[in-house]
Amino acid sequence: MSTETARPALTAPAPAGRRARGRDVAGPLDFHRRLWLRIVIAATFLFLYAPIVTLMAFSFNDSRRNIVWQGFTTDYYVRAWNNASLFEAFMNSMTIAVLSTIVSTIIGTLVALALWRFRFPGKAIYEGFMALPIVVPEICMGVAMMAFFARVDWPSGGGWPFNLSAVTIAHISFSFPFVAIVVRARLAGFNRELEEASKDLGASEWQTFRNVIVPFLKPGLVAGALLAFTLSLDDFVITFFTTGPEAVTFPVKVYSMVRFSVTPEVNAASTVLIVITVIATIFAVRLQAPDRQGAQ
Amino acid sequence: MSVSDDAIISIGALTKLFPGVTAVDEVSFDIRPNEFFALLGPSGCGKTTLLRMIAGLEMPTSGEITIDGQDMALTPANRRPVNMVFQSYAVFPHMTVEENVAYGLKVVGTPKAEIGPRVGEALRMVQLEQLARRKPDQLSGGQRQRVALARALVKRPKVLLLDEPLSALDAKLRDQMRLELTRLQHAVGITFIIVTHDQDEALSMADRIAVMEAGRVRQIATPTELYEQPASRFVADFIGRVNLLDGEVTGTRDGTVEVETRGLGRIAVAHEGPVSGKVCVAVRPEKLTVSGAEPTDAPIRAQGRVRDVAYYGNASHIFVEIAEGFELSANVQNRSRRIEGDFRPGDTVWISWASEDTLLLTE
Amino acid sequence: MDAGVVSGFSGMESWSRNRLVFWVLNLPGTVWLTAFFLVPLGIIWVLSFGEKTSIVDIAITWTLDNYARALQPIYLEIVWKSVWISAVATLVCLVVAYPVSFLISFAPGRWKALLLLAIILPFWINMLIRTYALIAVFRRRGFVNFGLEWLWEKANAALVLLGLGQYHLIGQDFEPLPLLYNNFAVIAGLVYVYMPFMVLPLYATVERLDKSYLEASLDLGASQTRTFFSVTVPMTMPGVVSGIILVFIPCLGTFLTPDLLGGTNAQMIGNVIERQFKSANDWPFGAALSFLLMYVTFGALALRALFAGRRQGMEV
Repeated sequence: MSTETARPALTAPAPAGRRARGRDVAGPLDFHRRLWLRIVIAATFLFLYAPIVTLMAFSFNDSRRNIVWQGFTTDYYVRAWNNASLFEAFMNSMTIAVLSTIVSTIIGTLVALALWRFRFPGKAIYEGFMALPIVVPEICMGVAMMAFFARVDWPSGGGWPFNLSAVTIAHISFSFPFVAIVVRARLAGFNRELEEASKDLGASEWQTFRNVIVPFLKPGLVAGALLAFTLSLDDFVITFFTTGPEAVTFPVKVYSMVRFSVTPEVNAASTVLIVITVIATIFAVRLQAPDRQGAQ
Repeated sequence: MSVSDDAIISIGALTKLFPGVTAVDEVSFDIRPNEFFALLGPSGCGKTTLLRMIAGLEMPTSGEITIDGQDMALTPANRRPVNMVFQSYAVFPHMTVEENVAYGLKVVGTPKAEIGPRVGEALRMVQLEQLARRKPDQLSGGQRQRVALARALVKRPKVLLLDEPLSALDAKLRDQMRLELTRLQHAVGITFIIVTHDQDEALSMADRIAVMEAGRVRQIATPTELYEQPASRFVADFIGRVNLLDGEVTGTRDGTVEVETRGLGRIAVAHEGPVSGKVCVAVRPEKLTVSGAEPTDAPIRAQGRVRDVAYYGNASHIFVEIAEGFELSANVQNRSRRIEGDFRPGDTVWISWASEDTLLLTE
Repeated sequence: MDAGVVSGFSGMESWSRNRLVFWVLNLPGTVWLTAFFLVPLGIIWVLSFGEKTSIVDIAITWTLDNYARALQPIYLEIVWKSVWISAVATLVCLVVAYPVSFLISFAPGRWKALLLLAIILPFWINMLIRTYALIAVFRRRGFVNFGLEWLWEKANAALVLLGLGQYHLIGQDFEPLPLLYNNFAVIAGLVYVYMPFMVLPLYATVERLDKSYLEASLDLGASQTRTFFSVTVPMTMPGVVSGIILVFIPCLGTFLTPDLLGGTNAQMIGNVIERQFKSANDWPFGAALSFLLMYVTFGALALRALFAGRRQGMEV
């Protein structure tokens, strides 16, 4: 009876007629190596980014009508900075975003905690209602808020920041459900045994909440807050219907600039907003990824 | 080297590199027609990668695969004369059992008139004719596996590949399926190649087994050969249980080799062929005899103390310490129906075995 | 009351066991949602049954006139156009997003996260800015036309070189393409803004798909195309439906894109609604239109829920 062993590769040279391939041939599911797919995705990225990049590039264009490139200048940034109403609109947007973020993060987290911890009659309906601000078309919500504030004669003056109250309230309304979703997703990954261990070691409910659950929740809270911040900063439609002359926000101001006078100033202002948004987004994504503490 | 004339699959210097890891390292061997062949090894040894390269789902970095005389280098997966039963079965959930089995015939343009009877035949082969109209989510795991089998066999491939076919089944079902697969292989008359990490599976089903480690084939042999004549320490240790003793050759006489071992002293082992230097002495636990009195006619024997007895119902493993930190395990069948075992921890016993039951391993 | 239920924060317990905590958690959200969302919607709903009695006054007469008016041909035409434009935009998004999500899903580790981020990033940039950016791209003296003009000049120079100059084979002068202030611009603008909404759910579904199914199909002899249509598409349907809903609905209600890019030729429902509330000052009619839009939205969502329910057995 013979026992074969593997032909020792070190001593036997590669037999004649068998060639070694230098590189891997793509396997049947190696889609990322297919040329046509690569072309499609390259074209997609081109389509997505080219307009934005050119917009940003042309914010440095030394030409009032901003159609053809005529030279580099940062004049328009200076002009945008000095444009009092634009600056005010920018500050308004920031204020609204900060206030909205704080309140919607709090409300959203409370809602997420309630849904995660409790069973109660009508829970499904409650969840449905909480999802409404997300599914209702923006324009419907916008006009609804407008009608609401008109109907209850909401005071629109009152100095900063009260003149921004209507917009802020509207922003909170559509932001907190998103925060609730993010926080809830984070909660779902919580390992119950951590809580049980805490109890086993003698901690009370409140202590467990503060020392075990809240630290676990933090990345979710930050992610939710960042989400609320960008949603508020970016919003146009709902803001458009809830602002008045005393409470102009950045996107709304840019809109009127776009409609009436398109100079590189608009580009400059837009570029600033883009940069802020991108930084906030990258920040948010980075925060979501690494921290797996306490997750199952 | 030319391809052996009676090989259905010929692997030549096959290598697969992934970033940072050599999954398959210059593997070469042949598989014969009508053979039930097993690729056996611990996880990460490259067996699944090798199987997938045969199927065409991975492309080799270098080397050749020849199926029935044809080089598969340029043949994509969907045109190879082999079919695979996936570990997760991959039965299409949006099609009925029938539609699943017919799928492979439809996509290659088999005439409609032929599809029906062939599907029926395949379903009969795996005893699923009653469930032809069911959807996969209405079937048990074992039934889904049979759908996967029928789906592959209906195509009449030259070779059937099975990826860990028994791993997802419970013990009872596993035994059943084991018989089923061997029966099926004989009935259909084609080569089966299975990949498994379970040596029981491989030993009980395969005609020949290739034991793999870290991308290389360590030994290809029949189950009995692998068990009783392992070519290396790795194979001896991987298949079944074994007692291993390191030692050094001190002399040879025709037919026997003297080895100075650590723990057992000098012993004489029956061994043909030249051998010298450091060796590993191996003996299977069931070849050992445990006795209270000294067995005077056994050439290899040692006295020791029972450290532990592990009871398995049909047999017991007795762990005997014969020297400082040195232990041998013996596998003793519980032949008579007694509640009290023969040996208990703390007892002084004698272990002995025959010289021809000893293995000498050089790798 | 359930006895023996795990208590504490992470075990789900009945609300009655800890009412104080429950209400503390529950109340803020409920109050806010009711006061600042449901009530406004309610006001709109009531308004839709109202009538203008003067420039500023509205009387709620529970009339259905506004809804009837919404169904007039002139408005139905706009509705139809909105549906058509949204459908085309959704289709384009789908056709592009599918290969993109495939490629990202099958990409090796680090690339995956990077590519995904790169697709998502534009989504976070203000919609207004993105739409505005397209104006510079599509207008008569915009980048696309500049590019085409450059190509035309090169081609023309080549023809002249070949001695064919006088035949004016590609026209006497370069004619810029009208890419702005028409349906094309609106559709392009919608695709531009909503593409990430299609990629995300598609990617999520493709990602969760067990690749063994695709391998099994190939192993059984099917071509890549056949595998795609017979196995991949049916099994990723839920993601496709999600993506379609996430793009179609917002497209339907959009007003900024047709406003900036559409000019007078491409008006959609959103524009009509906006006009009622701003310049035309006909709030009851605008309210009726808004609610019709909402009913369509909910109808589509209900269809999708039905669809998802019937496909429960997909996950095997």
